[in-house]
Amino acid sequence: MNAPTLSRRSFIAASLAGGATLTFEAQLAFAASPMLPEPVTLNAFIRVMADNSVVIGAKNPEIGQGVKVMLPMLIAEELDISWEQVRIEQTDADQAKYGPQVAGGSTATPMNWLPMRQAGAAARAMLVAAAARQWGVDAATLSTEAGRVLDKAGGRSATYAALARAAAAETAPDLAKVPLKDPAAFRIIGQSKKGVDVPKIVSGQPLFGIDTRLPGMVHAALVKCPAIGGTLAKVDDAAARAVPGVIAVVPISSGQCPAGKMDALAVVANSWWTAHKAREKLSVEWDTAAQDGFSTEGYARAAADLLPKAPAATIFKAGDADAALAGAAKVITADYSYPFLAHATLEPQNCTALWHADGKLEFWAPTQNPGNGRKDVAAMLGIAPEAMTIHMTRIGGGFGRRLMNDYMVLAAQVAKALPGKPVKLLFDRTDDLRNDYYRPAGWHRFTAGLDAQGQVVAFKDHFITFGADGKAIRAAELSSTEYPAPVLPNVHMGQSFLATNLTTGWLRAPSSNALAFVFQSFMDELAEAAGTDLPELMRRTLGPARELPTERQGLVFHTGRARAVIDAVTKLAGWTGKPSTTPGKANESKGRGFGFYFSHRGYFAEVADVTVADGAVKVDKVWIAGDIGSQIINPINAEHQSQGAAIEGLAQALVLQPIVQEQGRVTAENFGEFPLLRMDGKPGEIALEWVKSDFPPTGLGEPALPPVIPAVANAIYRATGKRLRSLPLNLG
Amino acid sequence: MAIPITVNRKKRMVEAEGDKPLLWVLREDLDMPGTKFGCGAGLCGACTVILDGVAVRSCQTPIADAAGKQITTIEGVSALPVGKKVVEAWLDIDVPQCGYCQAGQIMSATALLTQTPKPSADDILGGMNGNICRCATYVRIEKAIRKAAGLEQA
Repeated sequence: MNAPTLSRRSFIAASLAGGATLTFEAQLAFAASPMLPEPVTLNAFIRVMADNSVVIGAKNPEIGQGVKVMLPMLIAEELDISWEQVRIEQTDADQAKYGPQVAGGSTATPMNWLPMRQAGAAARAMLVAAAARQWGVDAATLSTEAGRVLDKAGGRSATYAALARAAAAETAPDLAKVPLKDPAAFRIIGQSKKGVDVPKIVSGQPLFGIDTRLPGMVHAALVKCPAIGGTLAKVDDAAARAVPGVIAVVPISSGQCPAGKMDALAVVANSWWTAHKAREKLSVEWDTAAQDGFSTEGYARAAADLLPKAPAATIFKAGDADAALAGAAKVITADYSYPFLAHATLEPQNCTALWHADGKLEFWAPTQNPGNGRKDVAAMLGIAPEAMTIHMTRIGGGFGRRLMNDYMVLAAQVAKALPGKPVKLLFDRTDDLRNDYYRPAGWHRFTAGLDAQGQVVAFKDHFITFGADGKAIRAAELSSTEYPAPVLPNVHMGQSFLATNLTTGWLRAPSSNALAFVFQSFMDELAEAAGTDLPELMRRTLGPARELPTERQGLVFHTGRARAVIDAVTKLAGWTGKPSTTPGKANESKGRGFGFYFSHRGYFAEVADVTVADGAVKVDKVWIAGDIGSQIINPINAEHQSQGAAIEGLAQALVLQPIVQEQGRVTAENFGEFPLLRMDGKPGEIALEWVKSDFPPTGLGEPALPPVIPAVANAIYRATGKRLRSLPLNLG
Repeated sequence: MAIPITVNRKKRMVEAEGDKPLLWVLREDLDMPGTKFGCGAGLCGACTVILDGVAVRSCQTPIADAAGKQITTIEGVSALPVGKKVVEAWLDIDVPQCGYCQAGQIMSATALLTQTPKPSADDILGGMNGNICRCATYVRIEKAIRKAAGLEQA
């Protein structure tokens, strides 16, 4: 695939001799040319090429968050090369070699800010040491610039390429002690760098998991039990097997590994279209007796029954909330809820797997968490984790769906049945929507008390979630340190549990996307009852700048940082609680709302202006102020992530419809039943301001998303007087 | 059956059932994976190609219906003068996030600007609302279209 031809190589070598500028593709071909010196590997991430370009390994899965550029920026900065010298390559999944390789939780920046810079700085130190040895001078007298070591006193310099072989023989310095640049000297960090794969994307070259093509590859379509967790009772596959092109029908056994609940059949053919169509010829019976009782209506009924009762378990308790409520001047109570949601990545779930003759397994997998995929497959097939090679492809949308690795487990089982043949398993859209790890639904009954001065003196939440044995299932938890619990005197947060057969998981800004809506909307109600507005109520409750512990070890909530973004966004938007424009038509009304949320280490406050006309909501403008630390590593991408996150927040607020379940089965078939936000849902304008703070930089895939949801809900209330307490926001 | 089609100005002969969607002929039979599968129901626009000058959903286009017609895909869009401008604007503005929908977006934008060289905001919405971007890169998509149309310096 894409191997350069001999003539092409010769051409490239010739044009090189003529000093021509090479394209990226040509550089790769050049690297592969046997006529030129071998590249030199300085460490797991850095390979110096003969032409003084440097191949930098990008170790994390790229789901569109820009990590394939961001991590190499950190390395290149400390290696002290110019961005033009950088050639980026996606590494394979190998955590022993590269460290953690996960696209999740906006963790790439905080986890790699130091290690990637250290990797670059260590390689630079080895190059400098090699030059010092060669020139017989003290390394401390040498400097570097744009891929050269300079001896200014001696009036000489050498390229990294010329020094690389000797540098590779130098002892690697202690990473913890290797000196790092003063941020004031950054030349790459803080400068906008465009997406490395964009030239391939705009010319349609293969990049994504679904684009994998291997010699002898066969294609698998999925027939999954219509109720998640059901089992295969009976199958007659004779007619399907008789379809020309069909190679096999493979039953995939039930599994309860973390990616689990997957009784299914795979129809394997010489083309996916053939396999997909042949599914209709299968006669299958499933046993779904244990799942048939679950339904959306049933959950809602059960939640309504539980809400007025005492919680089954306590999440957090401080003071005496009931006594404080009894003595409160005002008591406010309200019920909030949100539905199950699918991720609906635009690239449907897929994975290519090859079971080699020696029992080793090779994957081409669009996964956000290859390490867990390796574990899941090992558990399911009983093979050693080391017996797997995982190539990471570019990923057509993650949003948390691909933190789960069901497609790897499924593909591995099909591959095992067809040794020696690469198998590409591809879900169709219905498979994808019906076999998700859904954002779980939830219900909250809030009760709060205000004293005569409008101070919040009591706060209660009864959270109805999904779980068993006193424990919420994946992504259905409520933190004991959810704001405002840590700052109020009398608090009781409790939870009760419903059962479900659905698999649940993390959707972009997990938990936060739902909790920001319910908590910040209810606090908007409290602010009104207290005769103030939400930014002011937040300032009052936040109090002086200090660090509050959170449930997650080592992660604190800094009230001063929260306050700074609240102040910044209210200033940016000219906040008076009123929209910036007045209605233009008789049937229009306008409103402005605010929301704040701290998630994934980022502090974000957002304001939204909405226009409501005939029950339809249009978001006119969103203002965002965010604090993700001292440094915006790649501004062009930071802006893009913030815009994308905020617009996804609008999708969750206004567009995404509940995943509905009847008789245990998810009913959504396609984007008709589960619509996604289109261009007409884009806000008129998005304004963004960074609040820099003296803390290490943190991630940006998620934290800009949550606050826009309550900001819109609160704006709709201002526009219409209607307090919408369930998602999606619907004026009906 | 053998079906003659013209893809990116090259004549190709395809051996396929007449009801096989053009999308799968491109991806599987012609090894042109640039055109993407998103929904298989004409709802997301990821599979958009230009058929005799019109943007169509290739997942809903039986290959028999494409016989004898001019098909332009993402792999060949830069050969069209408008397509070239669109692709350049996309690169300039760094439109993609995950990038999966962008082939379809570029094809729809190219068809739009071919028909309406100076589109209004409503024209852009009309031409692009059928293309979903799950990463929500709509702000930059709109900006890139305006740039390609010479309506914006960016």
